[in-house]
Amino acid sequence: MSEMLHAKNVAKGFTLHTQGSVTIPVFEGVEFRLNAGECIALTGESGSGKSTFMRMLYANYTCSSGSISVLHDGDWLDITTASPHAILDMRKRTMGYVSQFLRVIPRVPTLEIVAEPLIALGTARETAMEKARDLLTRLRIPERLWQLSPLTFSGGEQQRVNIARGFIADYPIMLLDEPTASLDTQNRATVLALIEEAKARGAAIAGIFHDHETRDAVCTGSFDVTSFKVGAND
Amino acid sequence: MTRSHEPLLRVSDLTMMYGDRVGCRNVSFELRPGEVLGIVGESGSGKSTLLRSISAQQEPTKGTVEYHTRIDGIRDIYQMSEAQRRLLMRTDWAFVHQNARDGLRMNVSAGANIGERLMAVGDRHYGNIRNAAENWLDKVEIATERLDDLPSTFSGGMQQRLQIARNLVTSPRLVFMDEPTGGLDVSVQARLLDLLRGLVHDLNLAVIIVTHDLAVARLLSHRLMVMQRGEVIESGLTDQVLDDPQHAYTQLLVSSILQN
Repeated sequence: MSEMLHAKNVAKGFTLHTQGSVTIPVFEGVEFRLNAGECIALTGESGSGKSTFMRMLYANYTCSSGSISVLHDGDWLDITTASPHAILDMRKRTMGYVSQFLRVIPRVPTLEIVAEPLIALGTARETAMEKARDLLTRLRIPERLWQLSPLTFSGGEQQRVNIARGFIADYPIMLLDEPTASLDTQNRATVLALIEEAKARGAAIAGIFHDHETRDAVCTGSFDVTSFKVGAND
Repeated sequence: MTRSHEPLLRVSDLTMMYGDRVGCRNVSFELRPGEVLGIVGESGSGKSTLLRSISAQQEPTKGTVEYHTRIDGIRDIYQMSEAQRRLLMRTDWAFVHQNARDGLRMNVSAGANIGERLMAVGDRHYGNIRNAAENWLDKVEIATERLDDLPSTFSGGMQQRLQIARNLVTSPRLVFMDEPTGGLDVSVQARLLDLLRGLVHDLNLAVIIVTHDLAVARLLSHRLMVMQRGEVIESGLTDQVLDDPQHAYTQLLVSSILQN
């Protein structure tokens, strides 16, 4: 299987300057690999740093040391040293991220929000809209809501909008932060199907899944972040 | 949309002193076409001083501001003749002020406010100018029947949108914005943000936006520079700076936001 992402000897700590400059070491010596076609579950108890690690993979958080390299456009891009332009381009074309939070400009219709990543890639507007409609239908967002801003939606509906937006472009790498957390059985099944389809087309996926069932259903392996916690191996 | 790697603007080691007092110091950065750079920091941190120096309104004490002109390639804006600089400011650049009244002429109609910038670049055909003005009113979501009304009869949000129309009618490539959503109601702000975001994307505008509102900075800018006491103390990818701030002052700024 071809490697899409690897982290080498990565360390991360936070220094809280506003709270007496307390330093909180989180990770050290992280070694992680992600291949095309696999779905790796990031595991560890609550507060162990799963989301922190995922944010590091997305270059949303910086690393204190080490490197995280992403196969972008056929070349390895070290996102711990890359320019903001290179990271934005990597996120636009190579790496999708489904977060737990929907951050959008008020007033923008749901359909536009979902279609936007595909339009940004240069896909014709109508094609992108068609795919957005398909995804919203599959995720059971009623058509009467499509022209409204998702900011007025329920938590579960917002999450499904996030998922639709995250899956609309066929990113080679996908990061999923609890994509099924507040979904009912039917919608969870849809998300699992979307993940399976992404795997089948060769996407490399890393995810945080709150329940065993979801994890067992789609994951090909797991990665326990606690083994790289500072002090874990002392 | 692909962005050119060639910088549109290059600011090098820019320092502005007011006597012994520092306005801003040692600021360097580049801006590419289509890129939105946010400058954040509290009042008095030097954001507006920096913006004025970059936008040819106040010559800096030290340092250079270079711009990739359409015709002559890269030029130091303070080495140009006054006439060349004026032309640049009227055509390829735009400046959106916090207070719309500073950017509009209040005693002429909305249509004239938009048309004036076109006439300044040599457009003389009344019908074309009027059509362009109508078209731009529509783009900024102002009813075209208001074309002949004075801006003083407009609400604050409408005045701000009219200011944007007046600025963008000449198809500038670089837009400076000083607190464009300041002083507006939250609902009006949202509408303006949506409008700005769309225009920036559709017209591939490069924007330098000064704001103290971190939410505005997050939604509009690709990159962020954080200023304190006249210096850039942290810069980088917007979400990285806001979600994992490294500098004590940035951490203070971010942690001071009220959660909703």
